[in-house]
Amino acid sequence: MITAAVEEQQNYLNAGYGLKSWLLTKDHKRIALLYLATITFFFFIGGVFATLIRIELLSPHGNLVSSDTYNKLFTMHGVVMIFFFLIPSIPATLGNFFLPMMIGARDLAFPKLNLLSWYLLVIGGLFAIFAMVAGGVDTGWTFYTPYSTTYSNTWVVATALGIFIAGFSSILTGLNFIVTVHRMRAPGMTWFRMPLFVWAHYATAIIQVLGTPVLAVTIVLVAAERLLHLGIFDPARGGDPVLFQHLFWFYSHPAVYIMILPAMGVLSELVSVFSRKRIFGYSVVAFSSVAIAVLGFLVWGHHLFVSGMSLYAGMVFSFLSYFVAIPSAIKVFNWTATLYKGSISYATPMLYAFGFIGLFTIGGLTGLFVACLGIDVHVTDTYFVVAHFHYIMVGGAIMAYLGGLHYWWPKMTGRMYPEGWAKLSALVIFVGFNLTFFPQFILGYLGMPRRYHVYPDEFQVLHVLSTAGASVLAVGYMLPIVYFAWSLRYGKLAGSNPWKATGLEWTTASPPPPHNFDQIPVVTHEAYDYSAVIDEEVPVG
Amino acid sequence: MGFRLFPEQASTLAPQVDHLLFFLLAAAAFFTVAIFGAIFYFAIRYRRRSDRELPKAIHGSVPLEILWSVIPFGLTMVMFTWGASVYFTGRSAPADAIQIDVVAKQWMWKLQHMEGPREINELHIPLGRPIKLTMTSEDVIHSFFVPAFRTKQDVVPGSYSTTWFQPTKTGKYHLFCAEYCGDRHSGMTGWIYVMQPEDYAAWLSGETPGATLAENGRKLFQDLACANCHKPDGSGRCPALAGLFGSTVSLADGTAVTADEAYIRESILRPAAKVVAGYQPLMPTFQGQVTEEGVLQLVEYIKSLSPEPKAPSQSRDRQGAVRNP
Repeated sequence: MITAAVEEQQNYLNAGYGLKSWLLTKDHKRIALLYLATITFFFFIGGVFATLIRIELLSPHGNLVSSDTYNKLFTMHGVVMIFFFLIPSIPATLGNFFLPMMIGARDLAFPKLNLLSWYLLVIGGLFAIFAMVAGGVDTGWTFYTPYSTTYSNTWVVATALGIFIAGFSSILTGLNFIVTVHRMRAPGMTWFRMPLFVWAHYATAIIQVLGTPVLAVTIVLVAAERLLHLGIFDPARGGDPVLFQHLFWFYSHPAVYIMILPAMGVLSELVSVFSRKRIFGYSVVAFSSVAIAVLGFLVWGHHLFVSGMSLYAGMVFSFLSYFVAIPSAIKVFNWTATLYKGSISYATPMLYAFGFIGLFTIGGLTGLFVACLGIDVHVTDTYFVVAHFHYIMVGGAIMAYLGGLHYWWPKMTGRMYPEGWAKLSALVIFVGFNLTFFPQFILGYLGMPRRYHVYPDEFQVLHVLSTAGASVLAVGYMLPIVYFAWSLRYGKLAGSNPWKATGLEWTTASPPPPHNFDQIPVVTHEAYDYSAVIDEEVPVG
Repeated sequence: MGFRLFPEQASTLAPQVDHLLFFLLAAAAFFTVAIFGAIFYFAIRYRRRSDRELPKAIHGSVPLEILWSVIPFGLTMVMFTWGASVYFTGRSAPADAIQIDVVAKQWMWKLQHMEGPREINELHIPLGRPIKLTMTSEDVIHSFFVPAFRTKQDVVPGSYSTTWFQPTKTGKYHLFCAEYCGDRHSGMTGWIYVMQPEDYAAWLSGETPGATLAENGRKLFQDLACANCHKPDGSGRCPALAGLFGSTVSLADGTAVTADEAYIRESILRPAAKVVAGYQPLMPTFQGQVTEEGVLQLVEYIKSLSPEPKAPSQSRDRQGAVRNP
């Protein structure tokens, strides 16, 4: 008797078995899964550090761990989450998997380079893990000099080397994306027919390629001062400590856009599919990604308003920072307008998208506060800033990452996740997130400095609320891990296009065949044209 | 100190910062309500009723795009201008400010009044008088942060930074180090005591009268044998220092510089950086031989060397930190 299972089509997952078929793969989809496993691992390491930090802060007296350990915990939380989770998160997993498919390509332009990028991330990660196991590092993820070059007795160079190596992973991924978008688009896939996810990744790739080398140079300079005692940043040796901050933020501010632009790309897909509407102001949204990438390089000085930088430099950087706020705001307005007269589904990815817009709006609006010179003097280096960037990088980037993961999970695995549990996870994460980080805005304005192990008693109530929220958040993050794993075996079969979406990735089987498309598609209409997938028009509203 | 949701206002700057905050909060609340309201309304009004629904495509609207770019931009420019003006106020100390020198080190604050008293992790100041701090660090970067004053300024090794505030309420306020500085960063805290002027005067006289900064500086000047070259009558191998502070000095390279604290400090630590016209670069560096406190004392001593007596608090204001190349 012939069963359907026997006739299972060849796809990228069953195309080969065994470790070698994974570790030497050149298939962008498999490499995306390698990344997925790697960054999930790092996310949970970073999460363990966060958990310990939040438990410690339940008490103002610093009685769980020593201050030395506490300093290492927040440093390693930042290093792991930023360099080994957030920066690779969406581009290296969802981008790697879907960018080629969305433009109708069989792979990225440089498949071997893509595999090398993953190895670089892993090798960099191993250095960072070595540093953690060997004794940790306590400089804060920002590595400010001269503390990091002269005073810290921890594993600064090993950690920095790990970041240096992982940086090349990011550069090569960016390079690969740029070339792929330029050279590998299917016939008819013009620039203005590309999904906005691709535009966002293109803009991100520009930052990765142009910004990351500056981080590499900065790390080399820190290592040179630490190991060779060259006077670069330490004033005792004739250096300038604030120079480091300029170099560091010249990369690290654009790095925020490396984290948030791909998230915005995911959002454009989700909002369109689940309201079954073309994105309102498509070209404005596309260009706003490029505008963010360019303007993002001009605002680094807003991290230095109290560093002793000149008054007028402060004013210039504040002014430019308000400029970069506009393209972000435009995106939010256009997503909102897309919903107008749409057909809005409440499927899990859309709930995550709503969560993103809510949290990103709060994160973005509080960005106006920290860009404001008169306010930033008071709130910089306090919990206000901690709350602000978590709203952007966790509330924004991770909500979009999870939304995207739910949206494309059926394509990646061929199976649906359990909808009820998934909706619950979106809700729990949203509530937990706000409970964790909203009190931190209040704490910050009250004057609670960041990176404090011991703190005055009057801040305790808000810290307890924040820790309570963090435990809810932790449950929220555990849920998807469990049900995604469950769905691999028990989930309903998805079919090629469960959402009635328009992207080219949905025109091929789920999971896709090794070379994505049996025949290279020819594109005849713009992105988000739902009349191509839904033949019958039913009045809306 | 009980639980609270909003910090105390205890300086002239604090209400200015808070008014600005309220304006931004109002703007943020407006956009939050507008965006969330629209999303909730659309999400319910246009919820999907049938999986076969196909809404009409809308391509966008140029007038709308212009409207929601220009209005927020205009609003942010108000934020920028208002914010910059508050920042400007926060960094421009009045000329009659009481001068206090601050040296930060892992993990303590050392504060020195002109009248002599030194304090560690505590600062007593009179109500209603502007106070100007000149600060430096002996090791890593620290940051002087008094939430009740809405004041924060990084304290950077190798240079002087300044900040100022004018307390408006007596009481005891937190002093925090806001820039992460190593192991006991969170222990680098202290208290600012704002006192009625008469209580402050009593506090000052009740202190064991230490030597003033300038007196200590004179002693150091002798100990280091500076006077061997810097002879008061100008007959030495190096320039005389009386009346130097605040004057314009012509340099060997043809440029001129105003002799402020940063210039004097640099000339002690890196004498070759700016050589006075008509003199040879003979002076050795005192980098590593004088502590930061010692440099501050020497600077105060040199400031006190006026040909005609001048009030010591007439230090000219430097906008923010002075950073030498």
